[in-house]
Amino acid sequence: MATKIIMPQLGESVVEGTVTTWLKKEGDTIAEYDSLLEINTDKVDTEIPSPAGGTILKILVPEGTTVRAGTVLAWIGQPGEEVPAGEPVEALQKTPGPVGEPAEPAVDALRQAQEPVGEPTEPAVDALRQAQAPVGEPAEPAAEPVETQPVAPERDLGFISPVVARLAKDKQVDLNQVKGTGQGGRITKKDVMDYLASGPSTKEAPAEVSPWDTPGEGDLFRPTELMFSTGKPPAVEPAEGQPPVVRQAPQPAPVPAEGKVEDRLIPHTTMRKRIAEHMVLSKHTSPHVTTVMESDFKQVVAHYEKNKEAFARDGVKLTYTAYFAAAAAAALRAFPLVNSSWSDEGVVVHPQVNLSIAVSLGEEGLIVPVIPNADGLSLLGLARAINDIASRARAHRLKPDEVRGGTFSITNHGTSGSLFATPVINQPQSAILGVGAVKKRAVVIDGDAIAVRPMVYLSLTFDHRILDGASADGFLAKVVEILDNWPA
Amino acid sequence: MAEITLIDAIRQAMDEELGRDESVFIVGEDVGKRGGVFRATMGLFEKYGEERVIDSPLAELSIVGVGIGAALYGMRPICEIQFADFIYPAFNQIVSEAAKMCYRSNGEWTVPMVIRAPYGGGIGGGLYHSQSVEAFFAHVPGLKVVIPSNPYDAKGLLKSAVRDPNPVIYLEPKKGYRLIRGEVPEGDFTVPIGPANVTRKGSDLTVYAYGMMHYYTLQAAEKLASEGVDVEVVDLRTIYPVDKQTVLESVKKTGKALIVHEDNLTGGYGGEIAAIIAEEAFTDLDAPVRRLCGPDVPAVPFSHPLQDWFMPNPDKIAKAMRDLAAY
Repeated sequence: MATKIIMPQLGESVVEGTVTTWLKKEGDTIAEYDSLLEINTDKVDTEIPSPAGGTILKILVPEGTTVRAGTVLAWIGQPGEEVPAGEPVEALQKTPGPVGEPAEPAVDALRQAQEPVGEPTEPAVDALRQAQAPVGEPAEPAAEPVETQPVAPERDLGFISPVVARLAKDKQVDLNQVKGTGQGGRITKKDVMDYLASGPSTKEAPAEVSPWDTPGEGDLFRPTELMFSTGKPPAVEPAEGQPPVVRQAPQPAPVPAEGKVEDRLIPHTTMRKRIAEHMVLSKHTSPHVTTVMESDFKQVVAHYEKNKEAFARDGVKLTYTAYFAAAAAAALRAFPLVNSSWSDEGVVVHPQVNLSIAVSLGEEGLIVPVIPNADGLSLLGLARAINDIASRARAHRLKPDEVRGGTFSITNHGTSGSLFATPVINQPQSAILGVGAVKKRAVVIDGDAIAVRPMVYLSLTFDHRILDGASADGFLAKVVEILDNWPA
Repeated sequence: MAEITLIDAIRQAMDEELGRDESVFIVGEDVGKRGGVFRATMGLFEKYGEERVIDSPLAELSIVGVGIGAALYGMRPICEIQFADFIYPAFNQIVSEAAKMCYRSNGEWTVPMVIRAPYGGGIGGGLYHSQSVEAFFAHVPGLKVVIPSNPYDAKGLLKSAVRDPNPVIYLEPKKGYRLIRGEVPEGDFTVPIGPANVTRKGSDLTVYAYGMMHYYTLQAAEKLASEGVDVEVVDLRTIYPVDKQTVLESVKKTGKALIVHEDNLTGGYGGEIAAIIAEEAFTDLDAPVRRLCGPDVPAVPFSHPLQDWFMPNPDKIAKAMRDLAAY
């Protein structure tokens, strides 16, 4: 009996993952608990152990494809064993097409090409609609209507040649149903012609019916996110044997012509895309304002020098980041409004202080793991937590839920020498603290004397919808006060 | 019907045209007493005399210049350039004078002249006896450029060229002179300048070729047929003006196009076919348009292994077909 490998749900809110690397290929044998594949969710990579020993019978989801949690990724069993459930594509062909939900083509170009036919103009649609909604009969309870409706299959169709795109449009061919025999599984013109010759000659144009056009079906009682198609299928566990729902994988870079020095295209990694999306989103969402103060680090440096060896004996590498985190956590207790998020109804103040700490991964990007309930940790606890998340972030060993739920962020750009910066808010938080490099500077101290002090600039970027200059400065001043007066 | 060689067909056409029309005459290097270095005019000097089969000095500029003058006077000259490689001294006469005469005289004066030139490599001819020159002339409005690939077309097209009121560049694949044989009817017939010819019907991909490469392409297509790949072959025959309709009809059917010529890749004639297809059959394409051409080196090398490296041949064409079919 073959065992199926499914895309696990790696966190409460993680509904999809990308297969980054298969560590075994079809035909390989594997022991139970050996690493089978690596998957990536949002920004976190995870190795998935094999749930059983045996031979890899079939890999269904290729590298680079993103599928929803619960999707069958592969089968493991005895050599020669039949893989249960037929070819995924065929399995779908048998599923009756839904009326209300037009099949969604996987390729954008095709989607545009098919747009005109999506309009509900066909008389046949009306007939169907009537058949589905018998007059006078009570509407079926629509408790879980989505699970009974086959979700439009999407797979990475590869390169769609102009003629294949045109044929698909003209002849209403859902390319997901066509088996590709060209290079790399590409669907060739011949494949489409063969499909047309063998299968149903032309398919009914998929017609989109607005929810408000289908009274009596119980639509009005459905949750709104199910009523209004968002273009993304709702997160439901696909039935066994149903093909993976796949989003378009990144296209490979074009091959430059021989002998020419061309610009080099680095295809986006998931992380790079998430960073880009998030940065743009953040700048569009919050009016960013940055305020800068400086702190005299004399006390902190003294404490650091005195304690770092004791910490090391406990297996903890003490860093200045721990002091910033401790000061920020304490200041957030004093200024709870900074530990908040904007909502249209009002400002949501979070009862927990969950500190997001930015960790650079070099060119690869940046990840912001979270220390939950940071205000309850001692300096040792904070330092240990920072050590732990930073090292695991660099080793790509964070769990997906560890990058979620932060309420306030700290970025230590001083580690790369920066004096002060204007960081971008980590949405949906209200502010982010940027800490610069600790530098010795001549400063004027009490009594008009000039002294050499280790100084650091602290910049706070805040969402001006939530915080005003005075309240943000009050918070930042509190951070400075804590650092300036660190008990040595 | 007799099966004759390509060069026999060319000779037959000239013989019949000389016999048919008093204004037709031949001028070129060694075309008279010697009968041409390839024996294309063999026997014609004896038959029609030294005033109609004229041995010229070794000066291509004057061969074409004399031809233009005679044509304007009402004659129908057939100028032979011994090897296409030697045509460049006459380039100015062809491009600036012959090609433009009709246009600049508003149709009052035309140059009904044929310039015959053996072209192409693969005969151990080295740098100066192997060149392909079609791309230079297929760029010039006012000229027609014709390249036969078989004896029937060679005879019919040459007759059309002689009778055409404007200058025709008639390029002969010299490697095929005695290699390519075919049935040719005795007596008068013509093959119109312009239309391409689908010489093999197929459904998987189209190969466009002309001259010697067309001959090789048919051989490669046979090989592919035994592998289950159904190749359509289009013999362009007239490369300028090109038969767009046939070019497009074929690629619209197969969705894949390969162009083969032995001239250098860059700026070669294949680029024109590729451009026509890209512009007018884009939504019929199932694969990138491909070219199999001579490499971008200055000449066909003399060394035999290097000549083989340069020249497309049935094996190379078959490989390109396979690659495209698999796409």
